[in-house]
Amino acid sequence: MPKKSMRDALREALHEEMERDDSIIVLGEDVITHGGPYAVTRGIDEKFPGRIRQTPISEAGIVGTALGAALCGMRPVAEVMYVDFATCAMDEVVNQMAKVRYMFGGQTDVPVVLRLPSGSARLLAAQHSQCLEAWFLHVPGLQVVVPSTAYDAKGLLKTALRGKDPVLFMEYKRLYTNECEVPDEDYAIPFGQADVKREGRDVTIVATGPMVPKALEAADLLSPEGIEVEVVDTRTLVPFDKATVFASVGKTNRAIVTDEEVKRGGTSAEIASLIAEECFDALDAPVKRVAAAEVPMPFSPELEKLVVPKTEHLVAAARELVG
Amino acid sequence: MFADRYDPLQDEMVSILTPDGCCDETLRPDLDDEQIRTMYRQMLTMRLYDRKAVSMQRQGRFGTYAQMEGQEACMAASTYPLEPRDWIVSSYRETGAMWMHGVPLKLLSLYWMGNEFGSHMPDGVNVLPVSIPVGSHPLHAVGLAYAGKYRQDGSVAVTYFGDGATSEGDVHEAMNLAGVYEAPCVFFCQNNQYAISVPVREQTASPTIAQKALAYGFPGVLVDGNDIMAVYAVMQEAVERARRGGGPSLIEAYTYRLGAHTTADDPTKYRDDAEVEFWRSRDPLLRVQKYLHARGAWSEDWEHELLEACTGEVEQAMNDAEAVPQPPPQDMFRYMFAEPSAALREQEAALLAALQVQQKG
Repeated sequence: MPKKSMRDALREALHEEMERDDSIIVLGEDVITHGGPYAVTRGIDEKFPGRIRQTPISEAGIVGTALGAALCGMRPVAEVMYVDFATCAMDEVVNQMAKVRYMFGGQTDVPVVLRLPSGSARLLAAQHSQCLEAWFLHVPGLQVVVPSTAYDAKGLLKTALRGKDPVLFMEYKRLYTNECEVPDEDYAIPFGQADVKREGRDVTIVATGPMVPKALEAADLLSPEGIEVEVVDTRTLVPFDKATVFASVGKTNRAIVTDEEVKRGGTSAEIASLIAEECFDALDAPVKRVAAAEVPMPFSPELEKLVVPKTEHLVAAARELVG
Repeated sequence: MFADRYDPLQDEMVSILTPDGCCDETLRPDLDDEQIRTMYRQMLTMRLYDRKAVSMQRQGRFGTYAQMEGQEACMAASTYPLEPRDWIVSSYRETGAMWMHGVPLKLLSLYWMGNEFGSHMPDGVNVLPVSIPVGSHPLHAVGLAYAGKYRQDGSVAVTYFGDGATSEGDVHEAMNLAGVYEAPCVFFCQNNQYAISVPVREQTASPTIAQKALAYGFPGVLVDGNDIMAVYAVMQEAVERARRGGGPSLIEAYTYRLGAHTTADDPTKYRDDAEVEFWRSRDPLLRVQKYLHARGAWSEDWEHELLEACTGEVEQAMNDAEAVPQPPPQDMFRYMFAEPSAALREQEAALLAALQVQQKG
């Protein structure tokens, strides 16, 4: 099977779906000339002329226009250059896109996909490095998707592009170049199905996005010590697959929840409390969380390294839980 | 023609029917007496609906209601040139415009009574549900217009908002995008001179709102919003322009909110009676009445007939809406996504179980 980067896998998903469904249109800043900041939309203009449109620097405009177009049967894929700038469009996301189906009495589909480059990358500093999943999963009406591999990214984007409800598709910048085997054939990964990326008996690491490869690294490091880690990749946060997470915790009796977000009020808090609420009897130890410090992302690359949660934090947390 | 001849920078306002009911024959639009009589009836229905709605709110039968008294000409005349394929995207003060474009009064009443199904538009009625945050929704009209242009379906999207909304960033983004995309979109600003209590001079330093359009690269026209002929003529021009691919327009309809901002507002705190009285003399219904009277097309008998018929229509709609049962608890889970998630189904079951226990207890 061919190996592909997440960037290429996403691009493939877009091209294939645009081929299949001519209601798909693409909007965003610099999406033609540069293919967006991470070149995901490169090549669309040549292949699908008229179906991709560059926008002014206007995040509320991008989201609001996409929403309006979706309400009359189009299927817009809108890129907001960095998730940090989605804050400029929060009214459109939170008050409008999330609520219009409900307020319309279920009458209309809202098939908008917002692609949101997220997370830290070297030297991007406080306003280009955030992870804002928790903000969005707090709002009823939005689906939140966080792929961790090229394979998942392609399959999940396909589901997003075939769905009927708004999707916030978090693309972690550090993962764009990660490669894995991605089939050329068509496939889609349903939302609400977490993926056990590695089986183990001693401790479960529930990880999202960029923490999944780190959890797998931690598992590799711990295995020789006799600690077998089970890695559960949430894949989608809304809808959330409790069953897979709870089954894993029921087996290992120990849980670490990890993401790259600021720890306070982060996704890890939500997942940890779900485990505490519903799997308390299965737990042999308190749930641990590994997430970022409560500071803006420092500009300095040296300081940045200290903020982003690392493999070694997961290793230490697992040793503590099992030991 | 209006867009070329009336310069918003010079504060030039399109006016055809004077407050005395005299028509400027050189500008008269293609509306015959029967059409004017129909529009008069529509405005009267809005007026009666509005007053009844306030009374319903006072009785606790409506939620907070946004009044439109004084702005009926804006709504009746601006919707008149539209076709069913055109879209209306409005704020909370356009009950009349939504009705004109096909939303039944019963549904609108259901909405104000707090039933989400009031926004469940009948098939083929191209009206989006009311958006409450000020200024968010013009962007949706740009999206609809953009899609219409992409599909070449000949539709035009009209968005209504007030003078206060023009201070919002999203309205700027909407006009800017519409200009860049040459979207078939009409921005219809009802400048009723107050945003709750804040007068328009504290809202913007622009002498007119219409002139803002020039900076976005499309025409802006200032029109007497209490003049059905002028509003109709200007709107017709803007809609035709959009439909034939000429891009967006901004219309500033200069009007006055005779009522309160909403039933939660007390306008005596920020404006005096003399000002209101002055605007009462410029009542959009009154001038149509005078116009028709002078042409022998209005009589007291007809007025009584209309009052009776329209009151009946309004009351019937509100009674019909009140007869609709409260939505079942399942509804709030049912309409969130196309298919409810496992978490939603779980929460729905828990709520229903709790309600059952309550009923038994």
